[in-house]
Amino acid sequence: MHRVWAIIERDLRRFKASPVLMIISVIMPLVQLIVLGYAFGGKIKDLRVGVVDQDHGIPAIRLKEMFQAVAANAKTFDTIAYTDEATALRDLRDGKINGVLTVPPEFSRKVLAGANPRIALMEDNTDQFSASALEAVFGGMLVPYNSPAIARRTTAAATLDVVEIYPYVPYIQFLLPGVAVLAIFVSAMVGGGIIFIDDKARGLHEGYLVTPIRKFELILGFTLAGAAKAIIAGTVLITVGSLIAGIPDPLNPMRMARMFLLVVMTSMALISMMFLIMVRVSDPLVPRAIFGMLNTVLYFPSGAVYPTNSFPAWMKAIAVVDPFTYAVHGFKELVLKNTGLMAISGDLAFLFIFTVIAMGAATLLFRRTL
Amino acid sequence: MAAVEVEKLAKRFGDFVAVDAVDFAVEQGEVFGLLGPNGAGKSTLIRMLTTLMPPTSGTARVNGFDIVRAANEVRQSIGVIPQAMTSDMDLTAQENMSIFAKLYGIPREKRLKTIAQLLKEVDLEKWADKPVKMFSGGMRRRLEIARGLVHEPKIFFLDEPTTGLDPVSRVAVWEMLSHLKQERDLTILLTTHYMDEADKLCDRIAIVDEGKLVALDSPLKLKASIPGKNILEVSFSGAPANWAETLKALPDVAEVKAVDNIFRISSHNGPKTTVALIEAARAANATVTSLSVQSTTLDDVFVHYTGHQLRDSLKAPSAAESPFIMKRF
Repeated sequence: MHRVWAIIERDLRRFKASPVLMIISVIMPLVQLIVLGYAFGGKIKDLRVGVVDQDHGIPAIRLKEMFQAVAANAKTFDTIAYTDEATALRDLRDGKINGVLTVPPEFSRKVLAGANPRIALMEDNTDQFSASALEAVFGGMLVPYNSPAIARRTTAAATLDVVEIYPYVPYIQFLLPGVAVLAIFVSAMVGGGIIFIDDKARGLHEGYLVTPIRKFELILGFTLAGAAKAIIAGTVLITVGSLIAGIPDPLNPMRMARMFLLVVMTSMALISMMFLIMVRVSDPLVPRAIFGMLNTVLYFPSGAVYPTNSFPAWMKAIAVVDPFTYAVHGFKELVLKNTGLMAISGDLAFLFIFTVIAMGAATLLFRRTL
Repeated sequence: MAAVEVEKLAKRFGDFVAVDAVDFAVEQGEVFGLLGPNGAGKSTLIRMLTTLMPPTSGTARVNGFDIVRAANEVRQSIGVIPQAMTSDMDLTAQENMSIFAKLYGIPREKRLKTIAQLLKEVDLEKWADKPVKMFSGGMRRRLEIARGLVHEPKIFFLDEPTTGLDPVSRVAVWEMLSHLKQERDLTILLTTHYMDEADKLCDRIAIVDEGKLVALDSPLKLKASIPGKNILEVSFSGAPANWAETLKALPDVAEVKAVDNIFRISSHNGPKTTVALIEAARAANATVTSLSVQSTTLDDVFVHYTGHQLRDSLKAPSAAESPFIMKRF
């Protein structure tokens, strides 16, 4: 029994000497609780719906007033008026809006004639959560619309036709972009975090620092080397993942070329972020301890697993500066919608600027001396 | 011009004075040793001279370059072997060398030639293509010595080059260093806490204790500078009071120090003092329980100048050793 106590004593004495690890192991699940708690199942809000009124009759106006009431109160969606359907559909494909609601030309006449009036909802079904939310809210709205307080003379129950503009997107495909970014992140964490700090702690950097190498040369060297490893991980994952998830035409060379460009930019952004976080760290436990926390804080608010529309303001604020958000958005465009470079140019620009700022800051903070 | 000139160089960490306004110069072509216990400030001193640490005050010039204002020129002109073994274990000897040659910007052809030559000089040519993780501690040290010379510097800094090596490897490293110094006309500045290493390798030795230089000369002169040329260490049973006074009066005795019933007697003539001591003990009815007679060593020099043996001392944990330091995060 003495021996058992000896083991226990030694462990508890070490814990007393450095409680930070234990504190982190408590904080980490709390961060998960808060982030994951808000990341899933929140009420989806602020979707953007284009409304094309080709009818202009009184019943159509009544319908639109109803939409605006929802927009003002429940805030599930905002309506944006379009005059022609083509523009609205283009914006829908570019990801500027989440759905297009068309009130067809004959709608009022059919309502008054009781001839089975229909409205059409075209939705961006690459995001099933937002798409279902839209269907539910529009379908729900037609119920009170169809049963007014005063009984109508005509029987003209309007119905909603839902058009999904992309082939059906199962959740595994929806998840793929986020997982690809996660693979790049893990590789950046290992290369830019753990290995970097381990080398530093072992005195390997001391060997570099006594040579005439400049700060920026060191940082650039570390970043490019780390990025190369992350690029391999990201490329393999997005290719194999596309095959597993059943993405249509997974090996299309043009799409693969675009994805490779995004993998490169994402790798550079994440690895330079990692160096910026680690530039003043010298304890090998730090990267290991904050690994899970960083993962939670960056991955879940990015929209990788659930649309950002459902998030509270603080999580949306994280999403705005989180390179994950832009990388995930870019991959979603390329993987789920097979769009061109224009659709992800904003994402690429953000990742590029993020890389430049992170590397610049890391170089400034890097200490050339011990 | 001296290879290294140090003027009032000091380094403080908060209230702790690691190096306390040190002055010395290392001449071209000499092997200069900084000798002192762990925590004496040797490594801090060498880190300042190799531009790894900015000094708190004072200046130093290495190869004529100021260590702060012309740090990059200093780096280009020195070779440094840090205390930690810093070879990459997964890479081969050749690859380790090559990476450092590239860091110094040595062109390909010269690089290949220099590396082959150096690996030969440190006796590792057979192992050039083997990963360093297969090497013994001594082999790794020799590889690091070769690595430090890959850009053919004239001044070579070594921080405790043989700490942690077995006796055979230590001798091999010493021989290698002496040989390289001759071949390459090097000036060497090394730190050590081994007396024999300092004695064997160094032309001059600076004894460092608590951040100060307490003595500086050649090993021979240092040994000659302390009283006596033999040291007797004796213990007695049944020694009468004021026994130390009696011992001091023995012929040729220069100095007597008593530590825990052991008397350390410095003598100008060891044999003569020994005989007289045994007779004096018999006359006083005391028994000699142990006796050793030695020539003066650097150990004695060290004890003489610092007032204590090379001993352990506490130091603040460095960032790399501490279990978890968040302040630098």
